[in-house]
Amino acid sequence: MTNRLHPALIGFTILVYLFLMGPLVIVFGAALSDTTYLTFPPQGLTLHWFQNIFEISAFRRTIVTSLQIAFLATAIALVIGIPAAYALNRYRIQLPAWLSTLFVLPILVPEIVLGFSLLRSVAVDASVPIFLALLIGHTLLVLPYCVRVISASLASFDFSIEEAAVSLGSPPAKTFFTIVLPNVRSGVIAAFILAFITSINDVSVSLFLTGPGISTLPIQILAHVEQFFDPTIASVSVLLMLLTVAVMAIVERTLGLTFLAK
Amino acid sequence: MTYPLTVEHLTAHYGTSKVLDDLSLNVAAGELVSLLGASGCGKTTTLRLIAGFLEPTSGSITLGGRDLTKLPAHKRHIGLVFQNYALFPHLSVRDNVAFGLKQRGVAGEERNRRAGAMLERVGLAELADRLPGALSGGQKQRVALARALVIEPPLLMFDEPLSNLDAKLRIDMRVEIRQLQRANGTTSVYVTHDQEEAFSISDRVAIMNQGRIMQLDTPEALYQRPANAFVARFVGFENLIAMKVARREGENVTAEAAGGVTLTLSQARFGEIPDEFVLGTRADGLVVDADPQADGIPATLGLRTYLGRAYQYQCETPAGHLLANGALSAPLESGSTARLVPVPDQCCILRPE
Repeated sequence: MTNRLHPALIGFTILVYLFLMGPLVIVFGAALSDTTYLTFPPQGLTLHWFQNIFEISAFRRTIVTSLQIAFLATAIALVIGIPAAYALNRYRIQLPAWLSTLFVLPILVPEIVLGFSLLRSVAVDASVPIFLALLIGHTLLVLPYCVRVISASLASFDFSIEEAAVSLGSPPAKTFFTIVLPNVRSGVIAAFILAFITSINDVSVSLFLTGPGISTLPIQILAHVEQFFDPTIASVSVLLMLLTVAVMAIVERTLGLTFLAK
Repeated sequence: MTYPLTVEHLTAHYGTSKVLDDLSLNVAAGELVSLLGASGCGKTTTLRLIAGFLEPTSGSITLGGRDLTKLPAHKRHIGLVFQNYALFPHLSVRDNVAFGLKQRGVAGEERNRRAGAMLERVGLAELADRLPGALSGGQKQRVALARALVIEPPLLMFDEPLSNLDAKLRIDMRVEIRQLQRANGTTSVYVTHDQEEAFSISDRVAIMNQGRIMQLDTPEALYQRPANAFVARFVGFENLIAMKVARREGENVTAEAAGGVTLTLSQARFGEIPDEFVLGTRADGLVVDADPQADGIPATLGLRTYLGRAYQYQCETPAGHLLANGALSAPLESGSTARLVPVPDQCCILRPE
């Protein structure tokens, strides 16, 4: 018996990959097309549309806003999420079971509902400035992911290690940073990436909270598509893809992607 | 330096349930005392209270005159060895051992030298650069031991340190632990549920039940002279016969058990006998005598098993099921009747539970 793959299985695998990669190839091609409208296969080759992104000030502004919001929201969510995940796992026996469910509940709420509620409460009733409202919205959006991912990492953490450190003379707060954090590092990084990507791609929440003068990149893409049908949109998409690939490559180089599976 | 540990009137609760009930314990300087009992008896709770991971409801813990009761865990300066080793997975073996020294501000070079010397003592010097994940269970526990000893703690505590190891290694390791503890003269508290382990390693053993110490004594005394029925059962007394004194005539006491069984016991040979007591023996302490006139418990013999030094009989008596031994020279058949005669120096007069 040989271990040869069945031709049908090979064919099916190829089909799945085509299905997954097809749209990416089309977007990539369209971004390079030397036409003033979206088309595939590309007619002529140009990098003009990439240049165009940075010539449209709305794109320049929203890329910066999106990056700012994604970084800040992720950072805040980690600052809240790491201690929350720690407490939920450390005191699992003493705490009621529904408490950890409470932290993941926002995932179950449709984002569009979250966005609308925030519009009502934060933007309208409390008249919070737009940037701050976006930041609050995105923090709420990514927090459950942070708590969830870091909790998963802490679930396999043996807390007697922490006690060992304390018994050896390390104060509890210091122990958290020197012993606990280094051992859930992969979880924290995974949470960071997941939260960052969730924030930078978000439409539903941002749709309600953006306003005059301040918007995020996905909302700007949406606005642009409504008015123009040139390949700029495709080139922005390619840019986002390359950014994601770059992040993944850096992670792969420094940590190895396998840690995401841990 | 070595110091005595004094625990006085320690009471602790988990929520509303009392897990430790007015526990007092003295461990002399350099002594190793084991806390022995089934799970839930409060032995680990006692250890965690002494370590400072739990707060007592009342009571005090003193180590060499220093009151630890209110001191946070990281200031207690106690060496701890855990069941699951609790090594730091992200630090090398050397850094694991050096961790406690680092907390004490020992400089890098001196730290590594002392960690290295300690690893030498537990025979792991060549593994200093490995991560704990690459070690076997026995090696991990040696690292844990080195890590606890290197800070030269006045008190060393073990929480079931050998229960994750296989049987052969357990025996080797407990000898090693005992030797290191003796050599350093470190006052030690050792928690285990394994009677053989506790008896073989300890100067004294505290047998615990329901948050209290039932008896604290040397292994020899516990094995031969248990103070109460609980301890007797724990150390393998098969026969526990509840009795009441019916008559006293000088040295002789006539006592009754269930089913109308009466025995005449001499206080000169059995020791002082209170009005209510439990007569406890192992099978060795109850001799099968075919003479129906012998002063013993009437019994119908059941299954006979061969022990090499004697025959052992499953016996049905009016006082319940008992286990007794009989001479090899006179084997008796199943179904025959006999008397079970208690042997004074193998019997204990116990406090009822």
